[in-house]
Amino acid sequence: MKARITRLLIGWALTVSSLATQAAQVQVAVAANFTAPMQKIAVEFEKDTGHQALLSFGATGKLYAQIKNGAPFQVFLAADDKTPAKLEAEGDTVPGSRFTYAIGTLVLWSAKPDFVDDQGKVLKKGDFKYLAITNPKTAPYGAAAIATLTKLGLFDALQSKLVTGENVSQTYQFIFTGNAELGFIALSQVIVDGQLTGGSTWIVPADLHEPIRQDAVILAKGQDQPAAQVLVDYLKSEKVKAIIESYGYGL
Amino acid sequence: MLSDVDLAAVWLTLKLATITTMILLIVGTPIAWWLARTGSKWKGVIGAVVALPLVLPPTVLGFYLLIALGPHGPVGQLTQLLGWGVLPFTFAGLVVASVFYSMPFVVQPLQQAFEAIGVRPLEVAATLRASPWDAFFTVVLPLAKPGFITAAILGFAHTVGEFGVVLMIGGNIPEKTRVVSVQIYDHVEALEYAEAHLLAGGMLLFSFFVLLALYSRKGTHTWK
Repeated sequence: MKARITRLLIGWALTVSSLATQAAQVQVAVAANFTAPMQKIAVEFEKDTGHQALLSFGATGKLYAQIKNGAPFQVFLAADDKTPAKLEAEGDTVPGSRFTYAIGTLVLWSAKPDFVDDQGKVLKKGDFKYLAITNPKTAPYGAAAIATLTKLGLFDALQSKLVTGENVSQTYQFIFTGNAELGFIALSQVIVDGQLTGGSTWIVPADLHEPIRQDAVILAKGQDQPAAQVLVDYLKSEKVKAIIESYGYGL
Repeated sequence: MLSDVDLAAVWLTLKLATITTMILLIVGTPIAWWLARTGSKWKGVIGAVVALPLVLPPTVLGFYLLIALGPHGPVGQLTQLLGWGVLPFTFAGLVVASVFYSMPFVVQPLQQAFEAIGVRPLEVAATLRASPWDAFFTVVLPLAKPGFITAAILGFAHTVGEFGVVLMIGGNIPEKTRVVSVQIYDHVEALEYAEAHLLAGGMLLFSFFVLLALYSRKGTHTWK
């Protein structure tokens, strides 16, 4: 009996130590629009490197607030370039680690086929009850949606029809369930392998809002964490770039 | 002090809690009465359904409400048929959600009060030729008054404290669905801590005094 327990303990100790030396974990904060590609990337990452990426999704502004308040994230994939730059200026990142991993595309999407035309004229007609956007205070895709409506001169007319999701995933859910007829989300949410998944879509022209440059950065908690650096290098690899592009992002 | 947007959220929250509590007192009383009196085999089932919001995460309730009340859901189909449109993103939708969400907080104290009264006072009333309705209003209501007060306070306070369900079906519309708890969340997310403190501190004091009022009463009143 005693020998068995000893063997068990030795086995346990070996397992734990091997985990600690070989496969490290890296905690990653990911902007909600990048949920689908990042889940795919994380699977490949574990296969290719043996390291494990633990993903937390949310609105960029919320993740920023969590990072400022001691969240254990080591790498941050934001939905804009301002938030990572701000963290860098405030000394919360590993200097020089910031880079653009994707350029996002804003779309106007409806779960109904033929509801959104490819010119976005449906907005001017206003023949809908709710237009879903994401909280512009915390989500860059929400800010881009507001900028687009403002540039089209439709913000005042449509303001009373806006419903606000907490992050782009929730906005998608409002539209997908049909509770909002249409809304602004990220192209990556309605595309798989370069194909639109359904409903109707207007890809918002890039001149209607500031480009959505999505930057990633290694956070202070990722300093001297080898897995964090490995993940960032991995994000820059051709294999991952192909995955990112297949979700409709520019690079 | 509080901005207009914050004040609108406070006002909306009070309105929601008041309407919800009134509906729950009307709807909850017969349910509680039935639960207190019945020998039916369905008692356990109905009691469990009423108590579900006590244990379910608000996300479960919010998710099902979003689907059920939405344009493709059974309730949504019905409300559209009646010409009411769909309920998510509306104040009426929040009221419906809150009625479900706060139901056990009203039904359970009422049920306990009714059970404590027992059948005896009603039998006596009946021998004095009081009709069942008469007996309910002149005998049960006065005897169960502490139960009604407890139920109203708990129902109101719990609706004020609602967050997850509103976040999932509200859509964060000022003056329609943006209640205080959601407004606080928005402030915190946007790092507007000063504004968040004002509202959050207010909620803390409110909740404390509600419970203080409740627990200070408890000792002075006993069921008869």
